[in-house]
Amino acid sequence: MVHWTEEERCTISTLWDKIDTEEVGHQALTRSHLVVYPWTQRYFSTFGNLSKPAAIAGNPKVRAHGKRVIVALGDAIKNLDNVKATYAKLSELHSEKLHVDPENFRLLGEALIIVLAGQFGAAFTPAVQATWQKLLSVVISALSSKYH
Amino acid sequence: MSLSAHDKELIVKIWTKIGPKAAQIGGDALGRLIVVFPQTKIYFSHFADLSPCSPQIKAHGAKVLGAIGEAINSIDNVSASLCKLSELHAYNLRVDPVNFKLLAHTLLVSLSASLGAEFTPEVHLAWDKFLAIVASVLSEKYR
Repeated sequence: MVHWTEEERCTISTLWDKIDTEEVGHQALTRSHLVVYPWTQRYFSTFGNLSKPAAIAGNPKVRAHGKRVIVALGDAIKNLDNVKATYAKLSELHSEKLHVDPENFRLLGEALIIVLAGQFGAAFTPAVQATWQKLLSVVISALSSKYH
Repeated sequence: MSLSAHDKELIVKIWTKIGPKAAQIGGDALGRLIVVFPQTKIYFSHFADLSPCSPQIKAHGAKVLGAIGEAINSIDNVSASLCKLSELHAYNLRVDPVNFKLLAHTLLVSLSASLGAEFTPEVHLAWDKFLAIVASVLSEKYR
């Protein structure tokens, strides 16, 4: 079981309360999957026009999906002491149905950190970053747990 | 992987924009590296203070970003411009190349924190590619 200090729990929830799930999700998905690592577009072949950064930014399916991902992150935050069980079904979905290479979880995680830094500036201190990177590595591990 | 003309334009534009803040951004990036990836402290065991606000860490981070700036000034020949540093990392420092990726990440975080909305997805892409090229050049002589 992952051990969280009171300070870490507080750091996570303080930032989480300030996050606009739709905006952050949209930014992170746009950056990681669609612009910076364009080959990941293969997972979104039903999303329509992803040909240019401007098209991606304006695509409503991208926006909706980004929000969904961050809302799911909220589930992990509400269940910090049992992220693995919380994500069991999502892990199966990504492994059995979506066939997403787990490397993509890491890329999205990195992009999310960069988006949070852009939003919160100096308030996103090294210590806050370290706590959120720990959270994301727990999430990534849980999402990868049902892969064989 | 290579830099398009547009990538180079964005890299140079942002480098010019951060200007005198480069030293502070470099220091911030290295401070983040040792906190978020504490195993990297091994390379700085000779520093008296290994906290993120340590003057030695800040100075060294500034130096690293300064060197990256030199590479930007010769963006059409990064290999030649980083030749001596490539040898230093290979034969003297022997920094595990995986750390170049970790520092690239914290540098992108520092740039994002400093630039906010100006750190657009296209700027992010250009700098991500450029730092990957720098990492590759620095690891060239390892074996």
